[in-house]
Amino acid sequence: MTASTIARNTAAAGGDGAGKKPPRVPRDRTSLWRKLVRDRLLWLCLLPGLAYFLIFHLGAAFGMVIAFTDYWPGISVAQSNLVGVETFQKMFGDPDFWHAVVNTVEISLLQLVFYFPVPLGLALLLHSLTSTTIKRLVQNVVYLPHFISWVIVVALFQQILGGAGVVNGFLADHGLHTVDIIGNPDAFKPLLIAQVIWKDSGWGTIIFLAALAQVDDTLYEASAMDGAGPWRRFWHVTLPGIRSVIVLLLVLRLGEVLSVGFEQLLLQRDAVGPGAGEIIDTYVFYKSLGGGGDFPLAAAAGIFKGVIGAILVYAANKVAHRLGEQGVYR
Amino acid sequence: MSSAALGKRAGRPAWQEPAKPVTKAAKGVALAFICLLVLVPFLVVISTSLASPDEVVANGGWVLWPEHPTLDAYRDIFRGGQVTKAIGVSIGVTLVGTLASLVATTLLAYALSRPQLVGGRKILLGILFTFLFPPGMIPAYLVVKQLGLLDNYAALIAPVMINVFNLVIVRGFIQGLPEELFEAARLDGAGEWQVLWRVVLPLSKAVLAVIGLFYAVSYWNAWFHASIYMSDSKFPIQQVLRMYVIQGAQLADPSAADAAAVSAPQTVRMAVVIIAVIPIILVYPLVQRFFVRGVLTGAIKS
Repeated sequence: MTASTIARNTAAAGGDGAGKKPPRVPRDRTSLWRKLVRDRLLWLCLLPGLAYFLIFHLGAAFGMVIAFTDYWPGISVAQSNLVGVETFQKMFGDPDFWHAVVNTVEISLLQLVFYFPVPLGLALLLHSLTSTTIKRLVQNVVYLPHFISWVIVVALFQQILGGAGVVNGFLADHGLHTVDIIGNPDAFKPLLIAQVIWKDSGWGTIIFLAALAQVDDTLYEASAMDGAGPWRRFWHVTLPGIRSVIVLLLVLRLGEVLSVGFEQLLLQRDAVGPGAGEIIDTYVFYKSLGGGGDFPLAAAAGIFKGVIGAILVYAANKVAHRLGEQGVYR
Repeated sequence: MSSAALGKRAGRPAWQEPAKPVTKAAKGVALAFICLLVLVPFLVVISTSLASPDEVVANGGWVLWPEHPTLDAYRDIFRGGQVTKAIGVSIGVTLVGTLASLVATTLLAYALSRPQLVGGRKILLGILFTFLFPPGMIPAYLVVKQLGLLDNYAALIAPVMINVFNLVIVRGFIQGLPEELFEAARLDGAGEWQVLWRVVLPLSKAVLAVIGLFYAVSYWNAWFHASIYMSDSKFPIQQVLRMYVIQGAQLADPSAADAAAVSAPQTVRMAVVIIAVIPIILVYPLVQRFFVRGVLTGAIKS
């Protein structure tokens, strides 16, 4: 839950690379049983982690079947009856559900337009610094908010922008109009984007900075000798150098259009009401554990999100390949 | 961003034009502004938590610089109410959870990094697949319920024990260690266990420090699982903070009966924010120097 989108992006990139290069082992003809016995200590190492994934990921995957049953929290899953796709029909006929989907996509696209360029710009600014000391110092400051929990981020924003907060206090003291931001449905989406920018754009620079550092310095040198000024070097050397990373992150972001910060939204939905603050994940929560008690409906919404997400990852990956980039996987 | 790359950036290379004073000034102002945006909210919260309740009320809910700093708000918190208990819960879960996660992640990453393991690649792909398609909230809840872990502190650790991102980083790092090291250790008669203990672990200190920080931060910052798996008396600090500060609940412990706490809960609330954030601020400088070296070389290289 805590890994940021950027962090997850990095992981997927790493995982992809790891998957591509199988380590070469000389082919040996030891029997399978002997290999298992030989590597028994390795299997022992594997055990706790494997058990974790089997129970909490694969096991949980089986829990999705309740979407096709009439399960309710008072009975066990085995006691419930199969009802087929009835729950899905109910869900697709629920205007609240579609409202949550629209909200989710809207917030996602706003993030794409207004958040995505910020870490890139900040990374370019940091990269252009010649003093390593200042660069390090700023990096340490801007990374910090990534490690602050959403609860605290929301509390900080309330304290700064709320009705009794710093900004409104300042405006009132100077006889100006106060601004109504916290708890105002109309200002909610910009507020969400501002929070994401504050929390994660610093941390998001890491992957761009790494890509910028990989750009071959001799390219800069050669183009400078050929008379290219700073802007032309930026356009013809820097941008092509980090194009792959930008495309990769865009692909991942598009694949996650239906995932916007669940914790962030859950914390603030009540303040603005479901009209502005409901996303798919909070819909799942409020229909089930958050008071609704309708577990099959919540599971169905979860499946909907998973299936659409998988299709989007697949499609976005195809687009990346068309653009001549690696994408997430081959 | 290896150290060599950093070194390259130090100082202006010969081909680069000297920066114009205007550009320099603009960059300086921009950077200073960005740093202030990050730091000022913390300053306001710290100042408000240290101010006297009257001063906070007089100023409309916050202060930038307390005139008569006092630790009363913190005394109220630590008088033994729900906040004190919640801090204990959070510390316990963070310590036990981080240790469990580090051990499980390292062992799994080590096993999956050894090329001779039969089916290792298939297992790794399966794990990466779970990462792309995480189980939903409800299926995860049902598993915890089936295991009888509801209202058990284990429910805050077991379901999030291994993070795939961290696993991939550690595995990538171990795989990046020179193969000759393993050969040499084996020639010296070391078994797998000794290779892990004597060779791999000492060389992986930096990456394990970073992963440990990631895990510790995520355990310390977690609140949602507690809100669905645990009863009120076992809430960690972030969930208690959420109730008091964001949902505006009254402090339900004896300390709240204190007149000051009731008349100006704002100072107490801000003190809770500070308590919830302090461990992170304290640990962060110790580990951040590993960020560049440890994480990036592991994740970006591949």
